[in-house]
Amino acid sequence: MIHVKDLSKCYGQTTVLHIPSLDIPKGQTFGLVGNNGAGKTTFFNVLLDLIKPTTGHIEIDGIQVNKSEAWKPLTAAFIDETFLIGYLTPEEYFYFIGELRGLNKADVDTFVLQFEELFNGEILGKKKYLRDLSKGNQKKVGIVAAMLGNPELIVLDEPFANLDPTTQIRLKKLLKTLTENLQATVLISSHDLGHVTEVCERIVVLEKGEVIKDLATSAETLKELEHHFSV
Amino acid sequence: MILRFANLEWKQFFRSSYWQKSMALNVLMVIFALYFILIFLGLGLGLYPLLRELYPESDPFVMVNRFLFFWLLTDLGIRFFLQKLPVMNVKPLLVLPLKTSKIIHYVLRKSALSFFNFLPMFTAIPFGIMLLLKGYAPWQVITWNVLILLLTLLINYLNFIIERLSSKTELSFLPIIALISGVFALNYFGLISFENLVERGVNSIVQNPLYLLIPFALLVGLYRVNYISLKENLYIDQSLKSKTKEANTTDLKWTRRFGSVAPFLQLDLKLIWRNKRPRSTVFILIMGLLYGLIFYPNPHYQDMQWLYVFVGIFVTGVFMINFGQFIPAWDSGYYKLLMSQNIKYKEYLTSKYLLMQMSAVIMFVLSIPYVYFGWDILLIHFAAMIFNIGVNSHILLFGGSFNRKRIDLNQRAAFNYQGTGAVQWLIGFPLLLLPMLFFYVPYHYLGFEAGIATVIIIGVIGVVFHQKIMQMITAKYIDSKYAMIDAFEQTN
Repeated sequence: MIHVKDLSKCYGQTTVLHIPSLDIPKGQTFGLVGNNGAGKTTFFNVLLDLIKPTTGHIEIDGIQVNKSEAWKPLTAAFIDETFLIGYLTPEEYFYFIGELRGLNKADVDTFVLQFEELFNGEILGKKKYLRDLSKGNQKKVGIVAAMLGNPELIVLDEPFANLDPTTQIRLKKLLKTLTENLQATVLISSHDLGHVTEVCERIVVLEKGEVIKDLATSAETLKELEHHFSV
Repeated sequence: MILRFANLEWKQFFRSSYWQKSMALNVLMVIFALYFILIFLGLGLGLYPLLRELYPESDPFVMVNRFLFFWLLTDLGIRFFLQKLPVMNVKPLLVLPLKTSKIIHYVLRKSALSFFNFLPMFTAIPFGIMLLLKGYAPWQVITWNVLILLLTLLINYLNFIIERLSSKTELSFLPIIALISGVFALNYFGLISFENLVERGVNSIVQNPLYLLIPFALLVGLYRVNYISLKENLYIDQSLKSKTKEANTTDLKWTRRFGSVAPFLQLDLKLIWRNKRPRSTVFILIMGLLYGLIFYPNPHYQDMQWLYVFVGIFVTGVFMINFGQFIPAWDSGYYKLLMSQNIKYKEYLTSKYLLMQMSAVIMFVLSIPYVYFGWDILLIHFAAMIFNIGVNSHILLFGGSFNRKRIDLNQRAAFNYQGTGAVQWLIGFPLLLLPMLFFYVPYHYLGFEAGIATVIIIGVIGVVFHQKIMQMITAKYIDSKYAMIDAFEQTN
């Protein structure tokens, strides 16, 4: 699904990202771990063609992202709050995103309804603009919107941050069913080693922009990661 | 401490990508500043002989003081639209071990150094020197100059109070217009003669410098009022307290007929209606519509039809100019979302174009009553509308691809005045002057009909080549995509 080739991003003299080669097959739940400044968000930004790579390129489903825009219908992402439109209500935001993904109002309504539990009654029908919601609730809206219209690739940057414990657990469940039922490829970055090991089949550790570990998740993975980061 | 604040602001200004990308605009601002300095200087030097000639039987010094009231009123009006409130990014400073009073004093004192406060002195000081040369008592002249300085600062701080009050209301221009025209009317119809009051006040102060204490006390009072109101605004939950408004949802069904552009059109309409900054551009419409009243009834302009073109472009394009020049910065808060969604750039831009086009047509229809002042005006407005649709809207869209300044819609209340000020009006000039030129040349040589025809034809050419032009503009936007994303990420 994703094919990375000779990718690097430099700002002046410093290289913030350098990935000679990385392949993520269809349907995989892929976790990206690393300390601040390791290059996780930069990688996602290059993947979504929001930043221009210095060398190399990324392909989504064989489409080079900075050459063609044909990858956009396949892909959905939630990186940060700047992916929300503050002056819309959650419903309107879902309709807007849904429309871009070819869903009509009724489709969106039924889709969103299944997240009632996650929303905890604080989001739908509240007549509030997104800008007036709390950070955690904004995040929920962004994540759910990223799942609208069955995208083949879902990119979530730090989905667990800012969420309350209950929602974190519900979100984990949700992400698991998502990959099982829908065959979607999911990319997640996180600082919480526990969460990623639970959700992801494969975990890649970035350090100073380079891939230094590439693990298939097993019972030992969490221990290994904790050991790695406890320096 | 003041040095450190100044240092912070210096860095904020010069390190912003806005500064780095728009050198040309900054140069233009400097040129304008120099131009105004020269004009005021010229006025200062020429005022004495001028008044001598116009009113040979009265003392020029007394005459100046008689006009002082109008001067102050104009100053206040101009400042309201051009001078920005003193702004500083205060949030990061609030939790630092700093006295809040220090921050506020800094912000307020900084504003005393505004260009608008120096400008009158360029007239007042040369005029004072002229007075000295003509043998007026030095202490009188000095008193007078000090008085002018105090009055200028008074207007400065008065303006902030008015701006702050009116920024809370929806019709932000109404208070100032009501105030100025109210004072003017009271004076004009002789109910209260402010003209005389100001003159008498100035004269008695000049006679007795001790009275300077009165305007000085007023100044201190105004400063105090500003201080208190700023202090109240220094809490970040200020915006929360001012009630979260209940969202009223509409589905804007009528936009459906625009097909694939519909979702963007809906978004734009909501953008305009639900955020204070863009909403204020709608209220400018009212101002723009009434703008013609300044010119058309005035017999003085009767033979200057080329000036009507200016008015026509302004009336039919007022929304376009104010809204259009911030494309795509209106969407800067969620630009990354738009760029990563399944969106065709062209549809996004077409929606903005449609909006501008509709505004031009609506403004034309609303301005039809001006036909009362002559058929030629209706014709000119029509030509101006075509020109706005065909040429100016494309120029604005194209110019938008150079836009690198973020507009933060979510940040409400107290300190959000981005993108307002002199620059905003400056950009409008070429849009207004160009059609005037297109009209004037054939009008001068061939007559009125030729002028109108030229403007219409150029506009129609723009409409005909709309698709081609849009392709070009779209390519330009795609070209500057990364730079825009990067710039819109910057919060300062």
